[in-house]
Amino acid sequence: MNEIPLEAGLLLATILFAIGLLGVMTRRNIVFVLMSLEIMLNSAGLAFVLAGARWGSADGQIMFLMILTLAASEVAVGLGLIIQMYKKFKTVDIDVLSALKG
Amino acid sequence: MFDSLGLLPFLPFLGFLILFLSGGGLPRRIVAVVGAGSIGLAFLQALLLALPVIENDSLVSQQVIYSWMSVGEFESKFGLYLDGLSSVMILVITGVGFLIHLYSTGFMRDDPSYSRFFAIMNLFVSSMLVLVLADNLLLLYLGWEGVGLCSYLLIGFWYSNPSNGYAARKAFVTTRVGDTSMAIGLLLLFTQLGSLNIEELMNGAETQWGLGSGYAVAASLLLLGGAVGKSAQLPLQTWLPDAMAGPTPISALIHAATMVTAGVYLIARTHTLFELAPDVQLLVAFIGLATLLMAGFTAMTQRDIKRILAYSTISQIGYMFLGLGVGAWSASVFHLMTHAFFKALLFLAAGTVILSLHHEHDIFKMGGKRKQLPIAFASFMIGSLALAAFPFTSGYFSKDEILLAALAIEGPGLWLWIGGVVGAFFTGIYSFRLVFVVFFGESADHHDDKEVTGFTMAFPLMVLMVFALLGGFIHPPTDFVFSVEEAHSEHSVSTLIHAIMIAVPLAGIGVSYLFYGARLWSADRLLEYSLAKKLHGYWFSGWGFDALYRGLFIKPLLGLADLNRRDFIDSIVATIVAVSEAGNGLLVRFQSGSLRWYVLSVVGGVAILLTLGGLL
Amino acid sequence: MSILWILLILFVGGVVAWISEAINKQLPRWLALSSVILAMLPLVSLMDGGDDISSAWLSSLNTAWIPSLGIQFSLAVDGLSLLLIGLTGFLGIISIASAWEEINSRVGFFYFNLLWTLAGVVGVFTAVDLFLFFFFWEVMLIPMYFIIAIWGHENRKYAATKFFLFTQATGMLLLMSLLGLAYFNWKATGVLSFAYEDLLAVDLAGDVERWLMLGFFVAFATKLPSVPFHSWLPDAHSQAPTAGSVLLAGVLLKTGAYGLIRFTLPLFPNASSEFTPVALTLAVISILYCAKLALAQTDLKRLIAYTSVSHMGFVLLGIYAWNLIGLQGAVMTMLAHGLSAAALFSLAGGLQGRLHTRDLRKMGGFWLASPKMAVTAMFFSIAALGMPGLGNFVGEFLSLLGVFSVSVSAAAIAALGMILAAVYSLWVMQAVFQGESTATSGLQDLNRREMLAYGAMMFGLLVMGFFPNLFLVFSDSAISGLLSLDQLVAVAKGRW
Repeated sequence: MNEIPLEAGLLLATILFAIGLLGVMTRRNIVFVLMSLEIMLNSAGLAFVLAGARWGSADGQIMFLMILTLAASEVAVGLGLIIQMYKKFKTVDIDVLSALKG
Repeated sequence: MFDSLGLLPFLPFLGFLILFLSGGGLPRRIVAVVGAGSIGLAFLQALLLALPVIENDSLVSQQVIYSWMSVGEFESKFGLYLDGLSSVMILVITGVGFLIHLYSTGFMRDDPSYSRFFAIMNLFVSSMLVLVLADNLLLLYLGWEGVGLCSYLLIGFWYSNPSNGYAARKAFVTTRVGDTSMAIGLLLLFTQLGSLNIEELMNGAETQWGLGSGYAVAASLLLLGGAVGKSAQLPLQTWLPDAMAGPTPISALIHAATMVTAGVYLIARTHTLFELAPDVQLLVAFIGLATLLMAGFTAMTQRDIKRILAYSTISQIGYMFLGLGVGAWSASVFHLMTHAFFKALLFLAAGTVILSLHHEHDIFKMGGKRKQLPIAFASFMIGSLALAAFPFTSGYFSKDEILLAALAIEGPGLWLWIGGVVGAFFTGIYSFRLVFVVFFGESADHHDDKEVTGFTMAFPLMVLMVFALLGGFIHPPTDFVFSVEEAHSEHSVSTLIHAIMIAVPLAGIGVSYLFYGARLWSADRLLEYSLAKKLHGYWFSGWGFDALYRGLFIKPLLGLADLNRRDFIDSIVATIVAVSEAGNGLLVRFQSGSLRWYVLSVVGGVAILLTLGGLL
Repeated sequence: MSILWILLILFVGGVVAWISEAINKQLPRWLALSSVILAMLPLVSLMDGGDDISSAWLSSLNTAWIPSLGIQFSLAVDGLSLLLIGLTGFLGIISIASAWEEINSRVGFFYFNLLWTLAGVVGVFTAVDLFLFFFFWEVMLIPMYFIIAIWGHENRKYAATKFFLFTQATGMLLLMSLLGLAYFNWKATGVLSFAYEDLLAVDLAGDVERWLMLGFFVAFATKLPSVPFHSWLPDAHSQAPTAGSVLLAGVLLKTGAYGLIRFTLPLFPNASSEFTPVALTLAVISILYCAKLALAQTDLKRLIAYTSVSHMGFVLLGIYAWNLIGLQGAVMTMLAHGLSAAALFSLAGGLQGRLHTRDLRKMGGFWLASPKMAVTAMFFSIAALGMPGLGNFVGEFLSLLGVFSVSVSAAAIAALGMILAAVYSLWVMQAVFQGESTATSGLQDLNRREMLAYGAMMFGLLVMGFFPNLFLVFSDSAISGLLSLDQLVAVAKGRW
């Protein structure tokens, strides 16, 4: 069987993670921030699956399932919050939304 | 029922309760009947109780009403005890007390707080009876503080004048200083002897403590502190002259006849203790002597009729202390009794003068009043004669006994005697200075003032006049209490001594006549000398004690209070708060509210940690 | 079981009072009042058994709570706690009465907090599992915080936070100490338990005992309060609504003293014994220092607060006398001060309600306009200055008597506090009620409800003053039981 090497998979996961992280750091639109977060979560999930496949353990897939549900609920709650925020502040720019400033 | 000791303090207390709970809603007639009537009934019962004791002075009756407090080995019962000494006291308290109550029904008739006045008066009599009947020191302390409270309430009776309130507080706090010393004395006595019952204490002290033992000295000194405060002796005498701010019947009852003599009673009651500490007993004598001289000088310079009488009270109690100090216990109690008669008489008469002259207190604004105020004049004549120890008046006998007893003791006896005689000379001067200035000479003012009188005010004066004159023939039944062999050793005293003791007060009266009666000499002329003026100012202010205490205690205390108004311990706490707030001010900059900044710092942090991990 | 009933009625009553506000604004008041009265009924049945009380508990209840950690839900009552629960109930009623007209916003939530505070206090007085004790210790704190923070006066946030931080920080010390105690017990016996009786038996090494004792002491001394942990009290009192002040002064301070008697002394006998000179010194400083501070205050409630600290000094003094007389004196002082301080605070609150100021300089000459109030104030002032015949004197005298045999100097110096008490009490009386009458035309005298409340407190103080045995009987067996614990007897022998 022609396996994809582990290193390649991990590299992909790392690249995905970096893309997500950059998105979180640079994007001002909160919807994009949320999307970038999803990418980061998925990269972590990919790493889990890869590691599980490498050592033949089911744990990686279990973790992935958990991350999946976590991401799903995060999106659900997060989008709900974003809609509320938009209704209240008429913006989705996180630089404007800085009420927690000390 | 009437032989129950418990009923005696209860009767006035009942009067108090009725007046207090009615809240001033009763008509004046009923207030008067309740107020004076309860004391009248108490007097009748006191007579009933005391007569057997007077017949047989070894008779003692006791009654324990209930156990007041008991904790472990400590027990204090609400127990009453009647012997010769307390018999004299209850008769004086209820007898003179009744007369003064009767007088007050007239004196206070226009006062809006009629009911409050009698309520507190009744409470006072009740507390005073508890004080003298108590069989243990804690119960005595209850009465002791109770009379102090009533005294406070009555001095400040006319509360709308702030200076009255100040005088009342001064009286309470000054006596509280003494009371606290007495309370510590109680602690010491119980801790050492395991009881506060007076009989057990005295027996215990005699058997467990030797003559001059440290405990006896300490305990008697502490009790003396209490007595000095209550009886306005040096160094706690400053409150009594100011206490004259109260209505005059109060001054008669509380600040002349009864409460201020409680200190004398206390020492007489615990005389066994003082006998075990001869040095302290001698100290009592010297305190008495110093006080009587000091107050005598001051009384000669006062202008306010009540303040003159107040200083004379201090001076006369000084004689009682002198008597206690030389072991003439009976004589002191005797003088206590006669003093109650003539000083109550003088104060009530002064009340009549003041009321008739529209609240004029300055004797130099009076003058020639003997025609206008005949009853007051007669009272003042008789009272002053007794006060000055004119032969065969009541004061003569009692003062005589004290001075003779002072002469009889070894060592400083002669000095004590000389001091006492000099004091008697001053007494003659100041008492008749008052009489001459007020009742003789030119009428100064108030030409058409009528004497305010009436049965309720005149009758007590008449009765007291009789007792002030003849009271010296009553012999208090206290010989058994003090187990007297106290030889009334008159045979050993030369006639010269007697002659001196009779002549000196007369000389005082004579000097007073020359100054103020005949006006051959003038006090004003004396004051032209600068030394005399200085002395006069000094005496007039009561030897500067007020200023001294103000500088020594009041000012530092207030200064200290002012200095630390905001509690420096709290500022330590505030420092902690300030430091954390400053820290917060620093750290708050990192909380920019910008999400991207947070993420950046997380990433940066992780990067740093990873690099560090790689390097190490 | 009856203890549980007291707690349940208070907890449930609080919730019901809160909810009932939706129906009618008057309802929470009546519900709160009736639940406190109802809660006190089981107490009567407990008191009945008061004649044959031995040193054992009068009534107790014990169920597992968190068995894996050895924590039990165990409550018990002896004479001492009985007296204090009685005081709590009585002052609970008084505080409801004093809040009757003062509190008009969020009434339901107010009474919820009030009742839960009471429940917490009752829990503190009855818990015999140390963890449960700590739980109730926190329960009484939080509703009190709300009472001050929501219904307080102008500076309420500051005062409430200060109160919270002081109690919370020292409460943490208490928690650490009791966890430590349970740990050393576990190490010694292999059983994890927080039960009072078990922990009494722990044998601790000297240093360990000292540190653990200090944790307990600081927590309780803050609540008492004693110098130098007192500075939360004047702020809390001056800002709290009247009902809050009544509860704080009357009841909450007593939990500190109770803790010292119930826990600090018996759990750490050796360390406490060593600590005695320090505690006595703190007590004497509290008495004199705070009396002196009281003299300088112009805010009436602040002044009374400082006098409270001063009087609680006598409690501390009595407790560290280590003998029956002193401890009984401490108990009497707690009861009497509970009534007199509560009354004085409610008078100050009444004045504030009428004049909208607590500033002494703006008062004066109220006697003419409101004689009943003046006489009432006079009564409680002289109670506070230790007039014989009233409860405070009995307590203070017994405390001093107890201490005198231990330390003459401490007793003698503390007695000076009685002089200062006279100075400040009478000064306040003159400043407020005597003197020229000022703007008093509108000052209303006490109404019926107030007269009833003050009358009850006066009666209580008189009974305490003239018949202290009625109260002392209850605590006698509890205190002597405590003093006859083996550890304490041994310590006492070692001392004298």
